[in-house]
Amino acid sequence: MIEELFDVRLTVNGVTHALRVPARRLLSDALRHDLGLTGTHVGCEHGVCGACTVLVDGRPMRSCLLLAVSAVDAEITTVEGLTEQDGTSEGRLGPVQQAFAECHGLQCGFCTPGFLTTITAGLRDNPAPSEDEARDMIAGNLCRCTGYANIVKSVLRAAQIAGER
Amino acid sequence: MSTKLFGEKVQRVEDQRFLRGQGRYVDDVLVGNDVLHAAVLRSPHAHARIVDIDVSDVLDVEGVHVVWTHDDLSGAMSEPLPLLIPHPQLTHGRTQYALAKDEVNYVGEAIAFVVADDRYLAEDAVGRIKVSYEFLPPVVGIAAARAAEHLTHDDVPGNVAARLEQENGDARAAIAAAPHTLGLDLTIERSASMPMEGRGTVARWDPDTGRLTVWTSTQTSTGVRAAVAAKLGMDLAQVDVVTPDVGGGFGVKINHPWPEELLVPLAARTIGRVVKFTEDRREHFISAAHERGQVHHVEVGYDDDGRVLGLDVQFWHDNGAYTPYGLIVPIITSTQLLGPYKPGAYRVVFESLYTNTVMVTPYRGAGRPQGCYVMERTMDAIAAALGKDRTEVRSVNFIQPDEFPYDQGLIFQDGRELEYDSGDYPASLAKLKALVGWDEFPAFREEMAREGRRVGIGLACYVEGTGVGPYEGAHVHIETSGKVKVATGLTTQGQGHATVFAQIVADALGVPFDTIEVVTGDTRRMPYAVGTFASRAAVMSGSAIHLAALRAREKVLRIAADALEAAEEDLEIVDGVVSVRGTDASIDLGTVAVLSNPLRYAFDEASKAATQFSVGDPGKPPVAEGDEPGLEGRDFYSPERSTFANGMHAVIVETDPDTAEITILKYAVVHDCGRLINPMIVEGQIHGGVAQGVGGALLERMAYDESGQLVNASFMDFLMPYVTEVPAHIDIDHLETPSPLNPLGIKGAGEAGVIPSAAVFASAISDAEGFALTAMPISPSDLFELRRIHSSVEPVETKEPS
Repeated sequence: MIEELFDVRLTVNGVTHALRVPARRLLSDALRHDLGLTGTHVGCEHGVCGACTVLVDGRPMRSCLLLAVSAVDAEITTVEGLTEQDGTSEGRLGPVQQAFAECHGLQCGFCTPGFLTTITAGLRDNPAPSEDEARDMIAGNLCRCTGYANIVKSVLRAAQIAGER
Repeated sequence: MSTKLFGEKVQRVEDQRFLRGQGRYVDDVLVGNDVLHAAVLRSPHAHARIVDIDVSDVLDVEGVHVVWTHDDLSGAMSEPLPLLIPHPQLTHGRTQYALAKDEVNYVGEAIAFVVADDRYLAEDAVGRIKVSYEFLPPVVGIAAARAAEHLTHDDVPGNVAARLEQENGDARAAIAAAPHTLGLDLTIERSASMPMEGRGTVARWDPDTGRLTVWTSTQTSTGVRAAVAAKLGMDLAQVDVVTPDVGGGFGVKINHPWPEELLVPLAARTIGRVVKFTEDRREHFISAAHERGQVHHVEVGYDDDGRVLGLDVQFWHDNGAYTPYGLIVPIITSTQLLGPYKPGAYRVVFESLYTNTVMVTPYRGAGRPQGCYVMERTMDAIAAALGKDRTEVRSVNFIQPDEFPYDQGLIFQDGRELEYDSGDYPASLAKLKALVGWDEFPAFREEMAREGRRVGIGLACYVEGTGVGPYEGAHVHIETSGKVKVATGLTTQGQGHATVFAQIVADALGVPFDTIEVVTGDTRRMPYAVGTFASRAAVMSGSAIHLAALRAREKVLRIAADALEAAEEDLEIVDGVVSVRGTDASIDLGTVAVLSNPLRYAFDEASKAATQFSVGDPGKPPVAEGDEPGLEGRDFYSPERSTFANGMHAVIVETDPDTAEITILKYAVVHDCGRLINPMIVEGQIHGGVAQGVGGALLERMAYDESGQLVNASFMDFLMPYVTEVPAHIDIDHLETPSPLNPLGIKGAGEAGVIPSAAVFASAISDAEGFALTAMPISPSDLFELRRIHSSVEPVETKEPS
């Protein structure tokens, strides 16, 4: 059961990483277990819950449905890449992250990274969503804690914060 | 105290790490280290004897480190898993083995355990294990269990694990003598907690110190610790259990030890490597736990006003294949069914039945949603039979505010009397009616009818026993930096404990909020604890933390009074500084901490002040008799009984006359959980509970086929609410009736939102359709079918037995 390994370079949050992985290694596993970027969470392994959503060339994609070997030519952004540099070591929260903190948009925090990436991309396409559009923006992600009300508020607040910055 | 934080909408401190992707959930633990991964071979059959297990194809595979079946286990590990909550009436309790011995009783039961270099290899190895089975007929569903044509366990006659009866008064005689009677049959199907993060365990054995560290996604660290020590034959002192960030629990993670919670530590100790098990979603569906499935029969006798004179309830609880969590769920249904009402007499009998399906342990609400559904359907049926408003019938049955404490004459889930401490149900109902627009609804219905639209309104009331014992504890430590470290033993799954507990400490101690750090669920920091369930964290640990902080405060004042040469009663603590009221004399808490610990060795400028040549009366021992070094407070809270929160929900639904689609137009909640520590967090709990309730009422069901296969074991097929399925807005109003049972007047809030869901939707949809729903959940296809049935017969709201 010796597996063939492939040399791949993954560009994540602006940093290029070299790793050797079998063809079947999921991007989600490569991010989490090979690169130690554990902010991306895996909730269902079949692309339904959205917790593992990352941005691939700016577009939200489910990293549990992508193979690491197929992501070599892409710019990948994970939740760890959503903070903004402000001179401090940890950086300041991006507009979507900040909005979630203000609006109590998370409870256990497990689904949150997928919402943050999804909304980040969504607001790029539609910087001033209506409440209905905010709902549509997150309609593909599952959350079992919040009942979504405060996540919808967070989307609207994030648009505001992004506009102010 | 400067600014009081209790009752304020304080932003959560834990959010920073979650939002930055810096949370540490169990699958994140020790990433980057040399971690081995486990996978489990699970039974594909619901009921079978294991004839042979052949692991020979796996043994020599490169990268595989462990392949175990039951034959490889010895001592306590080869015995059945613990029956956590024994009950005298659980006459036929059964639990599974860590790895199946001779027989499997549900699809998903663990048979073999593999540890390999990574999860992919471990699953490859699992796929090479060959098991031969002798098939046995499966028992699926309550009807099959009751019929008992086949048995789940050969030695359990009739599939009956337990039969429990409680009675207050003579219910059957009261019904026989009542002017009116009704009979109802009510069913509710299985659902599950379904947290976004499944189960998971990581273990590291340290051969140098002979200690085992276990990280596990649990609702009870101390419970897992005791189980691991007992099963692995270790002293408690050799085992540390740490609960890292947990991606949701909702009840399922209170059950323990799961097979993997024992097998992972055993493997770590055996091979001396870090071992990790992370459950996948299909495994969570078929090998964790479900809840809710029950069938009920109600007989009720009532007078012309709708006052319940006698209530006799029989129900059948599907406990699945095993009963590790005892009878907690059906006991809660049988007692909490009474809600805010005081029937003249009440009798309840239930049977807890085995089936060849995933076992049943508490899921948020834990039997209360079923009880509420039964009682509220009964109230609606009485109202319909008498032609009365549904709120009127409820009103005449309410326990009145001057009747507290009110003893329901039953024994609750904790073995204590079911005695309600406080509440004001008429006030709650008045608020709910105003909030939802109950009295305006008939006009709205007419207006909608003119547009060809069909709407209905429903309500449901509940009482929830929260904060069950036996106890929780807390430790508050003021460091010489002035920072305050707080530990409590129960665990956190997203409730914001680090924030609300810090609010309590800030107020009790008079220290800035941002100097406080709270740790939960780490047995190294607080080895005495019970766990997070039954909406008990705020009540139990909140109270214990308050008491521990007050103890620390006492010591602060004692030492500061000495240092400032002032009387303790003249001191105040504001923003971490103790001062003598009306003077400039003051000392900060960090310095008090320095003074509390007489030192021999100075390590910095501050500690110089505490060395033996600097402080103390040379004529007395440096640590006074009866005193201890250090600025700490430790205390425990152990109430006599639970505190009873309550609430009422109302919903307005629209049902599509053609497609039977069900749309929520308005959702209103009135909630009384005593004093609110953080209203933002309480509302978040309600939002989440309501969403789970919508799932349970309209979407979620565990679809087992006749052979015991769970055919919808994925998020593609088991429908949980997305944002598009939940009410766009929830109107919430609070009543704060303080609990007299704890120092802060708190009642639990975690489960409340989900309890009345099946009841309130059944009420509203029945109102819209003109016939009474008796089975939940209800999908549009179910409703479509019901319309067909009801249009072909005379529409009847309820049947009056002769």
